[in-house]
Amino acid sequence: MTPRPGLVLEVDGSTPPTLFWHGERFVLEKLPEGSRVVYAPEPLVPLEDPVGAIRHALLHPLGDRDPLPAMLRPGMRLTVCFDDVSLPLPPMQAPDVRQLVMEQVLDMAAEAGVDDVVLVAALALHRRMTEAELRHALGDRIYEAFAPNGLLTQHDAEDPDNLVHLGTTDKGEDVEINKRAATSDLIVYVNINLVAMDGGHKSVATGLASYRSLRHHHNPKTMVHSRSFMDAPSSELHSSNWRMGRLIADSGVKVFQIETTLNTDTFPRQFGFLQRREWEWSVRDRAMYAAAAAALDRTPPRVARQVFHSIRAPHALVSVQAGEVEAVHAVTTANIWKQQGVEVDGQTDILTMGLPYISPYNVNSIMNPILVACLGLGYFFNLYRGQPLVRRGGVVILHHPTSWEFHPGHHPSYIDFFEEVLSDTTDPVEISKTYEESFATDPWYVHLYRTGHAYHGVHPFYMWYWCAHALDHLGRVIVVGGDPAAVRRMGFSPATRLADALEMASDVVGRSPSLTHLHTPPLLMADVR
Amino acid sequence: MKHARFPFRAPTWPAGLPRPAPERRVGLEYDHEWSRRYPVRLARAIVLDNVTRPAARLIAPATVRGAEHLRHVASPVIFAANHASHLDTPLLLTTLPVRFRHRTVVAAAADHFFDRRWKAAMWSFGVAAIPFERARVNRRSADVAAELLGSGWNLVIFPEGGRSPDGWAQPFRPASAAYLARRTGRPVVPVHVNGTRHVLPKGGERRLPRRSPVSVVFGTPLTPDEGEDVRRFAGRIETAVAVLADEVASDWWDARRRAARGGTPSLRGPETTGWRRSWALDPRPKAGPDPWPSI
Repeated sequence: MTPRPGLVLEVDGSTPPTLFWHGERFVLEKLPEGSRVVYAPEPLVPLEDPVGAIRHALLHPLGDRDPLPAMLRPGMRLTVCFDDVSLPLPPMQAPDVRQLVMEQVLDMAAEAGVDDVVLVAALALHRRMTEAELRHALGDRIYEAFAPNGLLTQHDAEDPDNLVHLGTTDKGEDVEINKRAATSDLIVYVNINLVAMDGGHKSVATGLASYRSLRHHHNPKTMVHSRSFMDAPSSELHSSNWRMGRLIADSGVKVFQIETTLNTDTFPRQFGFLQRREWEWSVRDRAMYAAAAAALDRTPPRVARQVFHSIRAPHALVSVQAGEVEAVHAVTTANIWKQQGVEVDGQTDILTMGLPYISPYNVNSIMNPILVACLGLGYFFNLYRGQPLVRRGGVVILHHPTSWEFHPGHHPSYIDFFEEVLSDTTDPVEISKTYEESFATDPWYVHLYRTGHAYHGVHPFYMWYWCAHALDHLGRVIVVGGDPAAVRRMGFSPATRLADALEMASDVVGRSPSLTHLHTPPLLMADVR
Repeated sequence: MKHARFPFRAPTWPAGLPRPAPERRVGLEYDHEWSRRYPVRLARAIVLDNVTRPAARLIAPATVRGAEHLRHVASPVIFAANHASHLDTPLLLTTLPVRFRHRTVVAAAADHFFDRRWKAAMWSFGVAAIPFERARVNRRSADVAAELLGSGWNLVIFPEGGRSPDGWAQPFRPASAAYLARRTGRPVVPVHVNGTRHVLPKGGERRLPRRSPVSVVFGTPLTPDEGEDVRRFAGRIETAVAVLADEVASDWWDARRRAARGGTPSLRGPETTGWRRSWALDPRPKAGPDPWPSI
C-alpha cells in the first residue's frame, strides 16, 4: 500500500486525545477544539535490495565523479569516514546502514589492491564512541579487522599533530580538518541523513574539523540567521559549511560522498502506537499503550531510560546516492523532504511539542536540561521551511520532565555551564563573549574529550546557540511537567499541566490563540506557507 | 526372553519358504511429512529453543558473525556449510535468526541417519531432517528438497556429503546445494562452522563432547550466474566458504584482500599427506589461562 502523506488535522469535539512524548513516558492530552495537529507522512516503502542499491550507487555516481572502483588503485591512501553515534535516532537495528555501505566500499578497495586504508569516525566535538557503539555501527567484521591494528580511529579535534590548516574562506573562516583525511588521495564519506541539514559539505567541513574551524559557524550570529537549518538556501550555517567545503575541494582534497536516507519507521512493533494516528489505534495499540504507560508510571526513571535506550529502530534504507558532494546532497535533500515534508497553512500563536527521551547528543546517556532545550528549540522548532510554525512573539510549550540530571562522564562541561553560566545569563551573545573561550580551552575538558567519552568543553555552548533563533523569535517558552528549578534556570516558565501552560501563554498571545501541535514521532518537516 | 518359547517370542521363519523383502520404510523411502505438521513443529521449536540451544551454548559457546546480513535476504534460502562434526547441525540451526530457525529442514545422509526407523524419527523430529542421497543426484531426494524450497522451507545442506575425516574439508559436490539452487532459483548462503571438530570429532574413541569455543560465519548470498554450470557454481560456493574460513583465521579485511588477489587458502588443506596435513590444522583453543608463567 502506498504510504499516506502527512496530515494537518483540525481538532474537534470527536477527536481523541493526542499523544505527547514526555521524556521516558508518554501522555494523552486533550487539545482545545480548533487546534491543529501536524502528523508526519507514513514511512516510505524500503528498498527491496539495499545491498544491490548501494552497489549501484557506487558504480553510478552523481556529478563529476568516476565510479568508485575506478578511483581506487594500489598504493593510494584511502580514508573512509563515517557519521558517529548521534545518527540515526534511535540507533537502528543491525545491520546499520554504515556497515552495509562500508563493507562494499572496502570490498572494492580490496579488489583494487588498496592497502593503506584508515577508518575515521567523524566526531567533530562529540564524545568518542565506545567499542560497543563502533561494533554496532560498523559490524564486528570491520571492527575486528581494523581496530586492533589502530586503523579504526576517531577524529580528535584537539590533536595538533593530526590537524592541517587548509586556508581561509573569503569571509575569513579558518578551515582546519583532520590531517590523515586531508592528505589522503581519496576520502570516502559515509553519511546517514536523518534530517535535511545532515550531509553535504557539512560532513567533512564540520565532522572532521577543529574548534578553530567550527567556531566560525557554531556561534549565535550564524544560528540566528539560519532560518531554518533544514532549509539550505535560508541557512547561514549551510552557507558557511559550503564555503568551507568548496575551499577543501579547491585545496585538492577529493571527496567521494555517499549519502543514505532512511524511512521514518522509528519504533518496533511493540511501540507501534507511537507512530499511528490516535483515531486509528487498534485494540492491540490501545492495550499496548495502556500497558506501557502503566508500567512506565511505576518504573524508576533510571530503569525506564535503560529500557528506552536499548530500543533499536527498524529504520530501513529508502535511498542511497554517491558521487560529488553537492550533486549527491541535492538528491538526498529532495528524498528527505519526500519522506518528512508536510504542507502547513500559516503560522500559529502557540506551538506544542512532546519531547522524547533521546536527542543526537544523549545516545546511551542522560537527557540533561540543556539538551532538552536544544531538542525543543534547536531541532524541533527548526523543522520548517519558509517560516517558523509559530509566529514571532508566540509561545512554545514543551512537554518533558527536564530533570536536573547530567551524565558526568559524557557531559562534564554541561554541569558547569548549567551551574555557572546560565545562573548568570541566558543570552547566547553574552554567553559567547564572556564564557566560551575559557570553556573551549580548559585543559581538563580537553583531556576528558581526548581520553574519555566526554563531549568537548565548548559543546554545551553550541547547544545553547542552537536555541538562539528560537529564543530570538519567541515571546515565551513554557515547559510542562519539568523540574521547576531546572526550567527557571534556563529562563523558561514551568507549568504542571498543559491547561496551566495554555493559561500562562494567554498572557503573551491573548485569550483566544491559535494552537498547533507537532506530532512526533516520526520526524516531520513543516513547509509553512 | 532368551529362553522364552513361541508364542512368547517371535516365530522363526521356515527355511523352506522364500522370505519376502521387508517393506522398505527407511532411507530415502522414509515418510517424514509428519515432522512438518504444526503440533510437531511447535514441539520441535520448544525443544530447539529451550533444550538444544542452551545445550549447544554450554558445550560449544559460539561466536556468530554476519547473521545480521540475513535480515535483507528473502526466504527461503539454502544454507551451505562445511561439515566436521555431528554438532554442526544443531549449532547451525540454533544460531540461525528466528525468522529462519523454525522453518528450516536439514538434508541428512539417507544411508546414515535414516537407516533405522528410530533414528529416522529422532532426526526428523529433532532437526527436521529429510533423507538425502549424498553421493549422486537422486531424483527422489532432489525432488523432495526442491519441493520443500518451493513451499517456503529453508534448507541446510552440507555439500561435502559427510563429515571431514581429517579436519580438512572435502570437495563440495555439485549434486548438492549448487544443483538445488540452479533448479529452484533460490540463493545459497555460504556458512563456515569452525571449531566443532574439537568438541565432537568424527570417529576416534571419544563419544562425549568436550567443551570448546566455536564460530559460525554467514556470508553473502550467492546465485548462479547466467549460463554457469552446477560444477562451477559448487566451486564458487566452496570458495565463498573458504573466504569465511580465512576471515576466522585472520580478519575480514585481510580475507577480502586475499580473496580479491585469488589467494584465499583452500578449505581442503595443504597438498601433502600424513602428519603434515594434521600439523597444518588449527590447534584446539585453550580453555583457560596458560598455567605456566611467561618468562
